Amino acid sequence: MAHSAAPATAAPALTPISLKTIAPWAVFVGVLMLVLLYFVGAEQGATSLVSGESVHEWVHDGRHLLGFPCH
Amino acid sequence: MNSISVRALLVRGMLAGLIAGGFAMAVAYFLGEGPVDAAIAFEESHSHEHGGEELVSRALQSTAGLATGVLVFGVAIGGIAALAYCVALGRIGGFGPRATAVLVAGGALVTVYVVPYLKYPPNPPAVGDPATIGKRTALYFLMVVLSVLLAVAVVILGQRLAPQLGNWNATLVAVAAFVVAAGLAFAFLPSFNEVPEGFPATVVWEFRLATLAIQVTVWTVFGLVFGELAERLLTPQKTPAAAVS
Repeated sequence: MAHSAAPATAAPALTPISLKTIAPWAVFVGVLMLVLLYFVGAEQGATSLVSGESVHEWVHDGRHLLGFPCH
Repeated sequence: MNSISVRALLVRGMLAGLIAGGFAMAVAYFLGEGPVDAAIAFEESHSHEHGGEELVSRALQSTAGLATGVLVFGVAIGGIAALAYCVALGRIGGFGPRATAVLVAGGALVTVYVVPYLKYPPNPPAVGDPATIGKRTALYFLMVVLSVLLAVAVVILGQRLAPQLGNWNATLVAVAAFVVAAGLAFAFLPSFNEVPEGFPATVVWEFRLATLAIQVTVWTVFGLVFGELAERLLTPQKTPAAAVS
């Protein structure tokens, strides 16, 4: 692991993408992806945004097999 | 590099995640559905409240429902991993685009899945008290977040130590710090044992092994596919020769 400020020792040095460039993507897409994970992994389990059991029942097997606490 | 490569990496990450989800779906169907069905059979022969009308049939749950869950999961983790990759690229040492992708995927498998799994292993249907679902869910996600933050912290620690200790020893110290900190979390966070009386131990074992196989599949396929796509994106001059040979 090279020090981040020092140039990489290996031949083709990769320029890091600036964090400022990544930030808007990380915030917007990151939140969107976490919402998807929430619906697969937790909705209608511990917390419920949509009433009923339909989301839970539909992704039931996936939720168990992906390792999320289910019921 | 500009925001165009963040966008391009993100698209490739979600695509690689979708492909990884496809492979994981096959593993889940062939290895995972057996134990799930066995657990449901146990539940039905022992329960006093379940067994009413079902909202979604077992046939749908184990096919279309499973596919929805695993594919959406694949796309989501692919997107998040691609963002983590954008940060890691060029910051974790002299690794190329492909090696960085494999390292990010391996790191994600261990921190997002294996470490929380060791403390809060997944359970098949019929195992788990509905009264504690809130607590178990909160603790599971706490463990995931803790493990990821810890991993980021020890990567930074390793980089700080590298100039004095050299790469090898700095990495060993960082890994040891991670193991000790994760061990402390294991020791102090509450555990659950909600396997009902008489539930077959082999079903729990097979189920947990299947879930591990699913995650190993997801992250291995993701790392390899995304690595290849990122390599082609970030080193375009090599692409024709690499593709032909």
